[in-house]
Amino acid sequence: MSSNVLKIENATMQFGGVVAVDNMNLEINQGEIVSLIGPNGAGKTTAFNVITGVYAPTNGKVDFNGQTIIENHPHGKMKKLYKGQNDGMYSRILEPTPDKITKLGMARTFQNIRLWKSQTVFENILIAKHCRVTAGLFAATFRANRAEENRQREECEQLLEVLGLQDVRNDLATSLPYGQQRRVEIARALATEPSLLLLDEPAAGMNPQETDELTSFIGRIRNDFKLTVFLIEHHMDLVMDISDRIYVLDFGKLIADGTPSEIQNNQRVVDAYLGVSNDA
Amino acid sequence: MKKNNSRRTLIAAGLIVAMLALLLVLDNVPGVPPMLLTVLRKGAIYALVAVSMNLLNGFTGLFSLGQAGFMLLGAYTYSVLTIPVENQTAIYQQYAGGGVHFSITESLSNAMGGFGTLLGVIICLLLAGIMAAIFAYLIGLPVLRLKSDYLAIATLGFAEILRAVVQYAKLGPITNGSNLLYGFTSFDSFRIGSLKLSTVMPFIFSGLCIAVVVLLINSTYGRAFKAIRDDEVAAEAMGINLAKHKRMSFVISSFFAGISGALLAMYQASVQATTFKAAMTYEILLIVVIGGIGSISGSIIASFLFVGCSEWWLRFLDNETTLKSFNAKLIFAIIFGLIVLGILVLTLWRQVKTGKLPVATAPGGKRKVLFGRSAVGPSLLALAVLAWDVYFVISPKLKLPLMRSGFRMVVFSVVIMVMVLFFREGIMGDKELPDLFGKRPKNAKKEAAK
Repeated sequence: MSSNVLKIENATMQFGGVVAVDNMNLEINQGEIVSLIGPNGAGKTTAFNVITGVYAPTNGKVDFNGQTIIENHPHGKMKKLYKGQNDGMYSRILEPTPDKITKLGMARTFQNIRLWKSQTVFENILIAKHCRVTAGLFAATFRANRAEENRQREECEQLLEVLGLQDVRNDLATSLPYGQQRRVEIARALATEPSLLLLDEPAAGMNPQETDELTSFIGRIRNDFKLTVFLIEHHMDLVMDISDRIYVLDFGKLIADGTPSEIQNNQRVVDAYLGVSNDA
Repeated sequence: MKKNNSRRTLIAAGLIVAMLALLLVLDNVPGVPPMLLTVLRKGAIYALVAVSMNLLNGFTGLFSLGQAGFMLLGAYTYSVLTIPVENQTAIYQQYAGGGVHFSITESLSNAMGGFGTLLGVIICLLLAGIMAAIFAYLIGLPVLRLKSDYLAIATLGFAEILRAVVQYAKLGPITNGSNLLYGFTSFDSFRIGSLKLSTVMPFIFSGLCIAVVVLLINSTYGRAFKAIRDDEVAAEAMGINLAKHKRMSFVISSFFAGISGALLAMYQASVQATTFKAAMTYEILLIVVIGGIGSISGSIIASFLFVGCSEWWLRFLDNETTLKSFNAKLIFAIIFGLIVLGILVLTLWRQVKTGKLPVATAPGGKRKVLFGRSAVGPSLLALAVLAWDVYFVISPKLKLPLMRSGFRMVVFSVVIMVMVLFFREGIMGDKELPDLFGKRPKNAKKEAAK
C-alpha cells in the first residue's frame, strides 16, 4: 500500500457527453518508470491533466504517496449526464489547483513545450524554485531572504551542471534547439523537487539520435534524483527500452498492462495500436 | 566582482545626490522657466503611476485600466485627512463644515513642528496607498478571474463607478461632493528655512516608491509575475499559485497608484473627481506603451517626455491658429504632403517585409520592388489626399483653422497609432537603462542571434 507513489482509482473524465477517460485504475510504485501508450485521442494527456489537477475528474480518486489528493463524484449538471461506472462510490469533492499538487511533489512537462519565453535557461529553472520559497513578499522585496535565495541559486547551478546545460545558462530558453528545450523543461520540472515526474511525450519531434540520448537521460535522472517516472510516448523504442511497466489506453479505457515483452505479445494491443511489422 | 559592484553603487548614489542638488538649485534660483518646474514635478508623479501600471500590464500580463480610479482613491484619502481644521468650514460650506474634524498633518506639526509635518505627510501617503490597496483587493476577488480585454473593461468600469460614487451628495461631508478640496498640505509646505523643496519632494517620494517596485520585480515574487506573463499554464504547473500572485500584483500596483494619486493632489494643491477620468488612464497607458511595456526606465523616460510635450512643448497646438498668407499655407501643405508620403512608404515597406509585395532581382543583382495589387489601394488614397493638398494651396477661399483646443490630444493619438503599428517595442522595449551600458550576456546573445 505505502509503496504506491501514485494510485488512480476508477477515474472517469467526461466532457459533456464524451467520456475521454473511462474508469481508469492504475498504480505506480516507488522508483518505477511506467509508460502510458495508446493511439492518438485515446485520452493519455487527459489522464495526465486529471492527475496534475488541470481537470477535476468527473468521478474517481487519485492517491499520491498514500494520501488522497483528488476525489470527485458526478454532481451538478454531470449528475444527469454521467455515463461512466461506479456512480455513487465517492462522496467527497477534492479539487486542488495544479500549483498545490506540484507543491506536494509531482512535476510535469508539456507535450508542446511551454518554457517562459522572455527568460533565460537559468531564470526558467530558478522561477520553478519559487514554489519552495518560504520568504514572504516583504522579506523577498527588501532582500531579507538572501540566504534562501543564494541557496536556491546554488541548487539551480548544480541542476544545470548535472543536466549539462551550464553552457547555455544565459541563453533565452526558446532560442535553443528543440532537444535542449525539452531538457530545460525537464530541468525546470526537477527544480520543483518532485518525487514523481510526469513526462508528456518527451521525445516528440526528436530525431533518433536525440531520442537515444533522452532514453539514457531519463534513466539517469531517475537514479540520480530518486524519482518515479510516468511518461506518455509514441516512440516505441524508447518506451520498450526504459519502461518497467506499460499501460495501454484505447478510447479512454485501459486495455492492457504489463512488462514491455508482455505488451508486445498482447494481441489486443497489437490490434489497437502497435500493429504488425511489415517485414514479419 | 564585488569591488565593481560597490563602485557602481557609489556612482549611482553620487548621481542621485547630484540630481537632488540640481533640483534644489532649480527650485530656488530666480529665472528658471516655471514650465520646466511643472514638467519635472508632474513628470516625477506620472513616472510612478506609469511604473505601477507597468508592474501590472508589463510584468504580470494583466491588462487593467483602473489606474485613474485608484489614483482618485489615494488623492481623496490624502486630502481629506490633511485639510487643516480651520479651513474645513470654508471648504465644506455646502455640507455644514464637513464630517472630518481633524487633520493628521496639522496635529503632528503642532506637536513636533516641521518634522511632524513630514511625518504626517508620509503617514497620509501610506494611508492613501493602503486605501487604494484595500479596494483593489476587494475588486480583485471577482475581477481577476477575467482575462485580457475583459479585465480591462471591468477595471475601467470600476474606475468610472468610483468617480461617480465620490461625487455622491450623501458622501459630501467627507468628499465635498463634486466640489473642490483644497488648502491641504502640498509640496509648497516643504521648506528648510527659506529654501523651497517643491520639486525635490515629489522626486524623493516617487523615487523611493519606484525603487521598491524595482526591488520587487527583481525578487523571487517578481520572477513569478514574469512567469505568469509568459505562460500561465506552465506557471501554474510549476507551483505558482495564480490567484494569489495575480492578486498580489494587482494590490501592489494599486497601492502605488494610490500614492501617486496623493502626490498628484499635493502637486495640484486641489482635488476634484473630474480630474480622474478615463482620459487620465489613457494618458498613463500612452506613457507605458511609448516607454516600452515591461521596462521601468522606459516608463520613467516616457513620462517626462509625455508631460513635457503635453504641458510645454506642444502647448502651441491648442492655440487657435488659421493660416492666412500663401507662404504659410504652402509650408503647411508641403509638410502635410511629406507626412502622407511617409505613411505611404511605411505601408509599402511593411508589405514588402511581410511578402505581400513581390520583389524581383534585376540582372545587376539589384533588388527591385514590383508594384503589386495590394499597393494600389494605399497609393490611390495617398494620391487623392495629395490632390486635395495641392487644391488647398491653390484655392484662396479654402482656409484651414489649423489648430484649436484639443488638437494636442489628436497628435498624441496619432503618435500612439504610429507607435503601435510600426514601433511596437516603444523606446526601451523590455530593456532597462543599465542594459544599454554594461551589456548583460542575455542581451548580447539576443543581438548576436538577430
